[in-house]
This record gives sequence, structure tokens and C-alpha cells, in this order.
Amino acid sequence: MEIFVASAVGLLTAVGIYLLLRLRSFPVILGLTFLSYAVNVFLFSAGRLKTAAEPIVGTTEIPTDPLPQALVLTAIVISFGMTAVIVMMALGSYLETGNDRVDPDPEADLTPTDLPGKDRA
Amino acid sequence: MTDHLIIAPILLPAILAAVALFASSTNIFAARLASGLGTLGLLALAITLMVQASTGPPQGYFLGAWPAPFGIVLVLDRLSALMLLLTALLSTFVLFQAIATGWDRRGRKFHALWLFQLMGLNGAFLTGDAFNLFVFFEVLLIASYGLMVHGGTGPRIKAGLQYIAVNLVGSTLFLFALAVIYALTGTLNMADLAVKLPLLPEGDQALMRVGAVLLMLVFAIKGALVPLHFWLPATYANAPGVVAALFAVMTKVGAYSTLRFGTLVFPADLAVTGTLISDLLLPAGLLTLALGSIGILGAQSLTRMAAYAAIASMGTVFVAMAGFTTQSTTAALFYMVHSTLAGAALFLTVDLVQARGPSRYGATDRPRLPGRLAALFLVTAIATAGLPPLSGFLGKLMVLQAALGPMALVWAVVLLGSFFAIIGMSRAGSAVFWAPKSETIAPLPTSQMLAPAGLLALLVALTVFAGPVQAWMAGTAAALHAPAPYIEAVQLPGKG
Repeated sequence: MEIFVASAVGLLTAVGIYLLLRLRSFPVILGLTFLSYAVNVFLFSAGRLKTAAEPIVGTTEIPTDPLPQALVLTAIVISFGMTAVIVMMALGSYLETGNDRVDPDPEADLTPTDLPGKDRA
Repeated sequence: MTDHLIIAPILLPAILAAVALFASSTNIFAARLASGLGTLGLLALAITLMVQASTGPPQGYFLGAWPAPFGIVLVLDRLSALMLLLTALLSTFVLFQAIATGWDRRGRKFHALWLFQLMGLNGAFLTGDAFNLFVFFEVLLIASYGLMVHGGTGPRIKAGLQYIAVNLVGSTLFLFALAVIYALTGTLNMADLAVKLPLLPEGDQALMRVGAVLLMLVFAIKGALVPLHFWLPATYANAPGVVAALFAVMTKVGAYSTLRFGTLVFPADLAVTGTLISDLLLPAGLLTLALGSIGILGAQSLTRMAAYAAIASMGTVFVAMAGFTTQSTTAALFYMVHSTLAGAALFLTVDLVQARGPSRYGATDRPRLPGRLAALFLVTAIATAGLPPLSGFLGKLMVLQAALGPMALVWAVVLLGSFFAIIGMSRAGSAVFWAPKSETIAPLPTSQMLAPAGLLALLVALTVFAGPVQAWMAGTAAALHAPAPYIEAVQLPGKG
């Protein structure tokens, strides 16, 4: 079982890093998602892999560690929220600039596009 | 009752942020009131906690009264109190500037995000649990994503996208590091880790070194250490000026975490990691300082110049920190306080210039800038470059005195870095203030000068009271390098 879990983490990480290095925002976001899947599985296995063990002391002979399950739950919630944020930001960037490239535009910050005084609220 | 004060710097902004969220979007007064009260309240709390931490030993606060290491513990020690006070002081001035310049009206929910940002920062400085540190990192990051693109159009949103992507990778690395450390030790409580790491079996040590380096990589991303600094120039140059000024303390979260883990969890006398962290930090810090200084020289606009100045100052902090001796930690703390205030003053000044015309050096469509703005820039540049008579000079002197390792190299990089910074900033000043093509003067209301001038006044105070401040920081550094009272405060089972 260990070899399968380890390969899964490795494969997910490799796919994630490959996609992360793409130029367009959509593959980059997919890559980040794959990376967060990889780390979730990795985090889960930090409590050692056991089958048919409950995370409650006293109900089974050898209980499994409940803490990684709590950690992974937190990590899933956070990465889900962050993915939502980056999707919105990518959409905003695409609609504002007309392309979904993630590389910087060297001239971009040399001209202030909006000066204080114009209320946007 | 006084014990509960420790959690107040997290609760107060959290509650007020929720209030600010519901404030009317047309009338900004309620939101301003909430964040003004929150920021001033945090300042009062930080001063109280500072007194408490200076006079007594570190104090633990057990959330839900769960005993460590099972529950989450907050720990107030001198370093946490210093960071809380620094954050509170900085945010008071910067918030005032945000209101004075009207930045907060240019998008929605500025004040709620502001308070959540402060909550995340305070939580990161107070927590005594590595996973909780991750959670507070995420809190401060998600607020900073919103602040970074506040009121923004195309380029700012694109820079925000890059900023988020880099930090999401950082968060993933953080989780990988925590999983490795948990798998080997069965704990993520920082004090418990400090107790358990020396007992780690031989076979697990290599894996623990991987975990330690992964963790340091995450802090290096936050602290913009070369080669993980790429996100900083575009982010800071594109962020609203007041937000960039607040971000001056965000990079310090990376420095704080490195210092905390480098002294408590992975001290140099620990067999597992030994001097690994300090060996990596010194060259990286020197490179960061060199690259930041060259960036100041090569920048074509004020915003880029300020961003590279932030990188150079982080380089100096990490060079000082890399020694991990009491003397070098004292120097690092002193320079960290100085560079946070000076960096914020620089970003606020640059923002005032940018509000009146392009910040690009050769711009022809720039109105004549008022003399007092030029004076402000001059003093800020002196502070940032580390020239006498302001505290940057004292800070750099302390860094040079405390430097370990290849002395000639460290001295050369620090001094040449300051030299490059002076040239770069003189060039910036003359290209922006001395080359008026237009006859119209862009006026500068006094209210918009108060906050940067106030930050500079704090730097003057830091210079005048450098002796007592240095003595206090030496005490803090000594406490960091002898962490037994910190571990005591967490009340681990079987330890008393």
C-alpha cells in the first residue's frame, strides 16, 4: 500500500509542478490544485498508513493517529478557499488585460493607471 | 483576567473586521471608525503586552484550556511583544495615511481586509504551534491578496495573480514541511519540538533536515530571500502605496519565523541540523543584499526603486540573523525595526509622488513637485540607505560588528550595498524632483505629510534612544538563545 500512496504523491506533485510552469493562468491554477492534492495525501500519510483502524483510543487494538486527519481537513478547506480566490483573480486579470498570460509585463507599473482622487467605492 | 490579554490582539481585529464588513458601502465613516478603533486598540494592547513581557518570563495561553501539546498554545515572549508593537505602530501611521490620501475609498472593504491582515500578523507572532502558524500565514495572506489588488485595474490584478500563485506554492511547501516534521516527531508544538528533536533517532535525521530546509524555504519566500524574491518587485511596485507600506512588516514575518525556528526548534547546537540554517542564510542574505542594492541602482521608477530597497533591507536583516549569536540577533532585531519603519516611510513618500504624476524617472508629463515632498524624500532616503544621523547607520554598524564568517566579504557587501543605495537614491531624487518640465505645482496637503513624517520621527526616537533600545534587544536576544523559560511557559506534560 505504501508504494501506491508514495507513487500517487510523487505523480500528483510532478503533474502539479509541470502545469505550474505553464504560461497561461488556467494550467497554473490546475497545477496548484494538483499540488494541493499531493500535499493533502502526503499530510494524511504523516500519521502512518493503517487499515481498519479508528482514530479513537479504546475502540480498537491499535488506533490510528487522529491529528493528521484534522490537519488535512484544515488544509483542504484552506486550499479550497485559496483556489476560489485565485480563480476569481485570474478571471479579473483576463477581463481587465484581455489575455490570461501570467508573465509580467515590464512596462506595466511604469505608468500609473489610476490616480487617487477618483472614487471607485 | 490579565491572562486573557494575550489572545486580545487576535480577537479584537477579528470582531471589528466582521463589523467593518457590514458597514455601509456608501458611507465609509463606520468602517473607518472600526479600523481606527481597532488599530488604536491594538497599539494600547501591544504596549501593555510589551510591559508584561519585559518584566516577566514568557507566558503561555492555552486555547480552550487544552494542555500542550494537544491543544493550541499562544506564547507571549519579548520577541512576540516587539513584533506586536512594531505592527501596531506601523499600522497606526499607515492607516492614517490611507484615510488622509483617500486610498481606502477607492475600492470596497478596505477596512475589513485591513483588520483581517492585522489579525493574521498578530496571530503569526503569538502562536506557539507550527500548524497554527500555517493557519495564521493563510489568514494574513488572504487578506493581503485583497489589499494588494485594492481598487486595482489590469496591471495590478495581474501582479496580484502572480503574488497569489507564488504564495500558494509557499503554502504547499509549508504543509509538506509540517507533514515531514509531524511524521518524525509526532508533534507540531514548537516548544515540544525543541524538547523532542535532540532525542531523534539516527535514522530519521536526514529526513528531518529535509523538513527543516523545506520550512526555511517557506520563510525565505515570505522574507524575499534570493533566489525566492521574484514575487516582491512586481507586487510592491503595483500594490497601492499604503498597502506596500503595511507589507513592510509582511516580509518581517518571514524573518520572525526564521529567527523563532532558528533559535527555538533548530538551534545551532542541535545535532540534527547543526549550523545548516546559518550556513544557508549567510550566502543567501549576502546575495539578497547585493541584488537589492543593484536593483536600487538599476530601477527606472520610484516604485521599483522602493521595492528593491525592501529586498536590500531584508538581505541585511538575514545577514545579521545568520550569525545566530546573541550579538548578531540583537543587531538583526534593531535593523529589522529600523528597516520596517524606514521602508514604510519610503513607500508612503513614493505613493505621494505617484499620486501627483508618473513615478518613472524620465517622465515629461510630471508637474513640479512641492519642496516639502522633496525634503521628505531626502530624509527617507537617508534613513533607507543607512546614512548618519538616522538609525539605519547604527543598525548597519551593529550588523558589521556582529558579523561572523568571511568578515571581508560581509563588510564589502554591506558597505558597497549602502554605497549603491546612496547613488541609486540620489539619482532617483534628482531625476524626479530636479527635472520639472511643467510650471504647475502639485500641492501637498499637510494631512498627507503627517504619517510619513511621523514614521521618520519614530526613526529619530530610535536613534536618540538607541542605547536603551539596544540593551532591551540584547535582553530579548539572550532570551531567544536560552529558550528554557519559553519551553517552561508551555507546560509540557512530564516536564514539571
